[in-house]
Amino acid sequence: MLKVSKVRLQQGYRTMKWPDGPAPEMPLHFTGRPVLDKERCNGCGDCATICPTGAITCADGKISLDTGLCIFCGKCQKACPKDAIIFGSDFRLAAAERKDLVVRPDSDKTPSAYREAVQKLFGRSLKLRQVSAGGCNACEADTNVLGTLAWDLGRFGIQFVAAPRHADGILVTGPVSNNMELALRKTYAAVPAPKIVIAVGACAISGGIYCGQKETHKGVEEIIPVDLFVPGCPPHPATILDGLLRLLGKVK
Amino acid sequence: MSGPGFFRNGGKIPLSQIPVLTVSEFRQNILDAVSKGARISALFGSPAGENVRLIAVLAWRDTGSLSALSAPVQKQYPALTPDCPQAHLFEREIFEQFNVTPEGHPWLKPVRFPNPKKMTDIGVTDFFQIAGDEIHEVAVGPVHAGIIEPGHFRFQCHGETVHHLEISLGYQHRGVERSLVNGPDNRSLHFIETLAGDTTVGHATACSRLVESLTGNRVPARAQVIRGIGLELERMANHIGDLGALAGDIGYLPTMSYCGRIRGDVLNLTAALCGNRFGRRLVVPGGTGYDIAEETAQIMTDRLNAAFRDAESAIGLLWETPSVLARFEGTGKLSRETAEEIGLVGVAARACGLQRDVRSDFPYGIFLLSHIPAVMWDSGDVFARAFVRWQELQRSYKFILEQLAALPEGPVSADISPAIASGHLAVALVEGWRGEICHAAVTNNDGRFLTYKVVDPSFHNWFGLAFALRGQQISDFPLCNKSFNLSYCGHDL
Repeated sequence: MLKVSKVRLQQGYRTMKWPDGPAPEMPLHFTGRPVLDKERCNGCGDCATICPTGAITCADGKISLDTGLCIFCGKCQKACPKDAIIFGSDFRLAAAERKDLVVRPDSDKTPSAYREAVQKLFGRSLKLRQVSAGGCNACEADTNVLGTLAWDLGRFGIQFVAAPRHADGILVTGPVSNNMELALRKTYAAVPAPKIVIAVGACAISGGIYCGQKETHKGVEEIIPVDLFVPGCPPHPATILDGLLRLLGKVK
Repeated sequence: MSGPGFFRNGGKIPLSQIPVLTVSEFRQNILDAVSKGARISALFGSPAGENVRLIAVLAWRDTGSLSALSAPVQKQYPALTPDCPQAHLFEREIFEQFNVTPEGHPWLKPVRFPNPKKMTDIGVTDFFQIAGDEIHEVAVGPVHAGIIEPGHFRFQCHGETVHHLEISLGYQHRGVERSLVNGPDNRSLHFIETLAGDTTVGHATACSRLVESLTGNRVPARAQVIRGIGLELERMANHIGDLGALAGDIGYLPTMSYCGRIRGDVLNLTAALCGNRFGRRLVVPGGTGYDIAEETAQIMTDRLNAAFRDAESAIGLLWETPSVLARFEGTGKLSRETAEEIGLVGVAARACGLQRDVRSDFPYGIFLLSHIPAVMWDSGDVFARAFVRWQELQRSYKFILEQLAALPEGPVSADISPAIASGHLAVALVEGWRGEICHAAVTNNDGRFLTYKVVDPSFHNWFGLAFALRGQQISDFPLCNKSFNLSYCGHDL
């Protein structure tokens, strides 16, 4: 018992101050929200050619990058001869509308993730069931980490529960493999209405690198409606938490 | 062992030099090799015109070499499994992928349900059943209670006692191997990195080494070291996470709470290397995607020391708490003989007293120069699997510190030649945090992948979990499951 207390003292209080205090610092090579520079872009299309998921459209000199398809590999940034694509350190990537995930040179502000109806219903308490549907265990792991005491999801009234009957919504990862389609449909049906769906990671939003595979769907929206999209491969835990908090109107 | 058909880990061999045997010779050769101590690292089919070419990759621990054998087959061949149980899942896979029947295999159940015609097809198969008035069956999954991947577990119980557990997977199947055929291309490495997302560095290292062997490229020393650091950070993060989760499964909250956070600290060290907590973009064919600046090495060292101090005290509580030991010891016991017979690898094998570790048995890269001793414990129970993890992560910690302090000079990547050797078999083994990762590729005459075979350690080890549950209380399943902590997508591909 004495030893347990001693270790407790040594480990200290480690829950981060964010969102009230400063946000966690992103690492040096972090690939966050991409910024496209219209002035620099010469429309050569090298970025679109190299993109492994076809996330970049470059037509008539107009460039756009779909962060819902993007796996943040940074190949386009390296390929661009004009440095017109830069992945910044902004981890606030989540959006309530699929179309808002598309980044254009003139759209430099954080997309809205807020849904008034969701805030009214679940703003004080949101219980989620997680379904991995072809996820590689990276999105799952960095969702799971929100439950640790460093992130302490519980302080926002958000919790992952063990049964769909206890849940207000589901958080889905993975492109939805054909073999998980039925289980996903059943889990969704078992959640009492009103309910929400959160798609975490490039796979869940669009299929990501698995977009176009005959063994998988192109994300959750092909099966059930989605209320929040969280881009990344996998998204940083801060990206997921920020999305949840902005959806519920807990941060702006 | 040397001679025709033999090569080193990370080597390649022309298909013409692989002995082509009749099926019965092929079978006998494998049985002889296994009786002499070789292990089946991979056994798979590769298309050969109208027929299928069976290829076996055998790992010879005593000489640190690999050997390959092949045999053309048509519709059926006499199964290895009755005489060599470690072949059982490979043969089920060959049956599923090529419709070649290993005759005499005890039960050719689906492995992944790769081509369901209807979405209700998955998981529909015969399960082993025990009959009797007081026997009951418990079905769990595919969707589980926590934030974990899907799989189906079927228990045959009498009272609380599990007499048989059957594990039916395939829910995560995404067609990775199929998509690698005709590669490598711009997407290949991303498939590999997400093959089992928690083993990104392990699988990316195996794939990169395989490609380098086929292109004949050498990797700069500095990149070899950074790859090693990435691999051992991956091991540390997952072992710490697992030890915390094991504590959670028995309701011992202090270690669970601390380890969840400390695991994140180690993931953040991987992110310090490459910007991504799982090591995406870190390992690329030819070297590494990023270099470590001198000041980064110093910062990483300080942060690693702090994380390890926390891990040491948090995990140390486990070994000093009688209620923890009472739940760990004797639970989910697997004998050394069973482990050997079914071909276990990694932590699970070493916890049964089997010395199996690619880093010391088939060393490559930095592990040729800097040795990490294999850790073993022989009790084969949850305690052993936990304790081996703790011992291993201490060694990984020391290794990373040493490497960070002595990074060789030079570049971190070499330009990779686009020309892939045609008509070859290349094999790369890597000791991932779960165990032996085997990637094997057969190239066609145009220098593209004809077959790309991935054997995640989970492929060998899921059956070990099923065995460990025999005679256990069903309430001990979560604990036993976590003590193996196997990958669903690594198995389902």
